[in-house]
Amino acid sequence: MTISDLALLKERFETLTERESSDHVALNCVSSQLIEVCTALRDDFGYDMLVDVTGIDWDAQSPRFTGIYHFFSTTKHEYLRVAADCTDDINPALPSLTGLYASANWHERETYDLMGIRYQGHPNLTRILMWDAYPYHPLRKDFPLAGIEVPLPAADVAEVTGMSVKPAPMVGGPFVSSADGPMSQTEPRARDESWNEKKIKPHGK
Amino acid sequence: MQNTTIAYDSKVEGEIIVTQADAVINWIRKHSVWPMPMGLACCAIELMAAGGARFDISRFGMEVMRFSPRQADCMIVAGTVTYKMAEVVRRIYDQMAEPKWVVAMGACASTGGMYRSYATLQGVDQIIPVDVYVSGCPPRPEALLDAMIKLQDKIGTERSVNNLFPKKADSKEVAGATKGS
Repeated sequence: MTISDLALLKERFETLTERESSDHVALNCVSSQLIEVCTALRDDFGYDMLVDVTGIDWDAQSPRFTGIYHFFSTTKHEYLRVAADCTDDINPALPSLTGLYASANWHERETYDLMGIRYQGHPNLTRILMWDAYPYHPLRKDFPLAGIEVPLPAADVAEVTGMSVKPAPMVGGPFVSSADGPMSQTEPRARDESWNEKKIKPHGK
Repeated sequence: MQNTTIAYDSKVEGEIIVTQADAVINWIRKHSVWPMPMGLACCAIELMAAGGARFDISRFGMEVMRFSPRQADCMIVAGTVTYKMAEVVRRIYDQMAEPKWVVAMGACASTGGMYRSYATLQGVDQIIPVDVYVSGCPPRPEALLDAMIKLQDKIGTERSVNNLFPKKADSKEVAGATKGS
């Protein structure tokens, strides 16, 4: 985004502030103005493509959730990042961009699924990766990577197999580093015992 | 067929071969495995390579990949099984006609592999009984062929005649139960 464009945009929306960024131009936007700002970006500034919708969980801070949008201009070949804080920390919500960009549909479903941000005005705000009855939002900071025990999505399969969704083991096994030495010796690939033309077969195996 | 299960001397028996029913049934079954390619991740690419001209799974009589579970008798689980997909895998397994076998291809299908996370089933043997596990991430096509030959050996040892008439109590099979025991 050129400096004149940025000045023009900031003049039009006084609540817009520049956001710290190591790559593209980034802006902070108030969530109540998000639709207006994005409409202007699409129609007047050439950002005709919504590349990504995601979110940040700031854990103990308030506001806890920030929605992130990446735009791309196919005419200017430039990216732009817009961030909007969710005002409610318990039930985070943002206005849906599905009316402006068709690509927002699935991206917002994904962010809802994994972060729990509700997009108001979305035509079909259901989970996209986890199954519908899953009770958690796994990319939140308070969710353990191993997972939490819940029933399997299908009751009949759970009954026949006696299985449930169990927390995954987080230590041990061939795919986990033992972390007790330099990485070159403790990473899984360093324990490779396969043999070939250059590496002789380990003795006794 | 192993020599111990067949007695044939053309001069004595003429056109009659004496053998055991188990041996004949197993011989037929092991050389006409119809796999169901349950391709869920990158292992499926190696599975496809095994079916291609270079590795040529048809050398061992199991090239008839069927995408309908009704027509298949060996499910090759090739790839990461998520908890969401586990239901589908189990249902497709249930739809396959007996006798049926399962090959867990690769680290993910066998143990969850490198995916130690909330979304991944830690080994497909938790929901369906597995006959042969293949190591590798992904396994080479040769490794899959070796596993399929091992499966053929296993089919060869089954008590097929007994299994033709399952007892009522055995009809409800649970995951982890081994066949032919």
